Amino acid sequence: MNTNKTLLLMAVACIALAGCTKKNVKEEGPGSGTSMPPSAMTSPIGSSMGGRYTPADLETDSCLRQRVVYFDFDQDTLKPEFQAIVACHAKYLMDRPMARVNLEGNADERGSREYNRGLGERRGNAVMGAVRGSGASGSQMEVISYGEERPVCTESNEDCWSKNRRVEIVYTVK
Amino acid sequence: MKHYLAGLLFALASITAPAFAQGLDVGLVTGNDAALPIAVVPMEYQGSSAKPDTDVASVIRADLDRSGQFRSLAEKNIVEHPQSGADMKYPTWRLLKQDYVLVGRVLDSSDGGYRVEFELFDIAKQQRILGLAMTGRPQAMRDVAHQIADQVYEKITGVRGAFWTRIAYVTATGSGANSQYALMVADADGVNPQVVVKSKEPLLSPAWSPDGRKLAYVSFERGNGSVYIQDIGTGAREVIAAFKGINGAPAFSADGKRIALSLSKSGNPEIYVMDLASKQLTQVTNHYSIDTEPAWLPDGNLAFTSDRGGKPQIYVVSPNGGEPTRLTFQGQYNARVTVSYDGKKFAMAQGNGNVYRIALLDRSLGGSGRWQTLSPGNLDESPSFAPNASMVLYAAREGGRGVLYSVSADPSSRARQRLVLADGDVREPAWGPYRQR
Repeated sequence: MNTNKTLLLMAVACIALAGCTKKNVKEEGPGSGTSMPPSAMTSPIGSSMGGRYTPADLETDSCLRQRVVYFDFDQDTLKPEFQAIVACHAKYLMDRPMARVNLEGNADERGSREYNRGLGERRGNAVMGAVRGSGASGSQMEVISYGEERPVCTESNEDCWSKNRRVEIVYTVK
Repeated sequence: MKHYLAGLLFALASITAPAFAQGLDVGLVTGNDAALPIAVVPMEYQGSSAKPDTDVASVIRADLDRSGQFRSLAEKNIVEHPQSGADMKYPTWRLLKQDYVLVGRVLDSSDGGYRVEFELFDIAKQQRILGLAMTGRPQAMRDVAHQIADQVYEKITGVRGAFWTRIAYVTATGSGANSQYALMVADADGVNPQVVVKSKEPLLSPAWSPDGRKLAYVSFERGNGSVYIQDIGTGAREVIAAFKGINGAPAFSADGKRIALSLSKSGNPEIYVMDLASKQLTQVTNHYSIDTEPAWLPDGNLAFTSDRGGKPQIYVVSPNGGEPTRLTFQGQYNARVTVSYDGKKFAMAQGNGNVYRIALLDRSLGGSGRWQTLSPGNLDESPSFAPNASMVLYAAREGGRGVLYSVSADPSSRARQRLVLADGDVREPAWGPYRQR
């Protein structure tokens, strides 16, 4: 991987997203891969863009249906490809002031469990910062970190780890 | 050694033990050529009722072997079976290259239990160096055996034995909606597992109170993780920390009156100390990094994990606050430190590249200390010292599941023993304090 390019991308992401945390430049972990979990892709915000989102859009809108943001190893920097997801959920929260989400931060199994809770929280905060940066109110969001306790994949390899380093956007009130 | 007066009778607390069937499956992984050879002669039952279910000599043998400091003679090679000093023939044991021989006999005690009389011999000196008797209820004979092992260990090494102790750990079975977690307590050899608490949501970070009666732990049963303290005997429990954000990494102070925690209620995880009587909190650290996993040092200071330098490393801070001092300068990643009773040895999960192993920092000889690696795995974590610091318990992953190991804290020993549950994941071990007789 081209480190300079990575850092540049991170820097761009940071400028684009007001919610970047202080530790935006970190050494790439030796085991971190470049593979992208399947649901991570940029897609246009759905047909409701012009109007207001409704709860039904959570099940039908191609952007709102994406509710997982993935991270690199030991990183809490939001990658640019997740900007579209952040933006549509921010719009939903703005359209629906009564709506509430939990941002569930998760980490892969490497390292200690309590430290990984901290890492999961940082990732949740990074998503919250980005959603706020796109205009939503922080009072609609709560960060909960599960650390490495809720893996979606349980094998000890990078493919699995990359799926577990994630923030899930969970609507508690639609 | 007042507490080991010859002939002293130990009235053991009743331990109602469930079946051993769910016990941890044990097998010594490696041994040590420098270990002291000892023969533990089978202890015959000489009473007049039913003989005990527990083979006392084999429990003692397993304990001594697990320490890495002893190598017991296999039972099939024990050619003579003295039951007391009168039967001892030193030349036989010299020929078998044994440094020590433990003999004993099991008798009936007046209260319906058993009485074990035992004697320890130094073969080179041709001397009896220990002669004691202990009694126990029929279902507590493993406890008697562990206490005999402790006395043999102390007599020979000069260090109090820690075989008669307990461990706590977390088991996880099923996945997704069928997940089931349990906080367990078992004997230090993995036998007699008992459920402390069960939950459908994750449990982690068990920590013993210094009297061994309570466990603090984290449960996600309320959604977010909260810290509980539970009385093991009665099951009574209370939530002591359920603030917004992370509530984690509890660690009781040596007097049991305070508990160190990591709380992120201010926005990121910081170390706090809570006075348990008043529940009043004192904030210890104040930094935007992740500060977690506090461990008390005997001088009253706290060692903890922080990534304030970029990657997680171990720091030491006064519980009254102030600037932390960095302890670890070797290894890319150091976390979850456990501190020996004398404050001179630090074991931690150390990551280098993709490999996480248990590393030992020994500062016994002063200076910045000596580093050794204690474990050979790839995802080893959660080390916990025995109360005498002779062994470290830790969690590893093998074949896609979590297992526990105990390993000698003497890196030259390499004695390791796996403690594996029959099914599911085992993790988060915490070695309990010495038990109170």
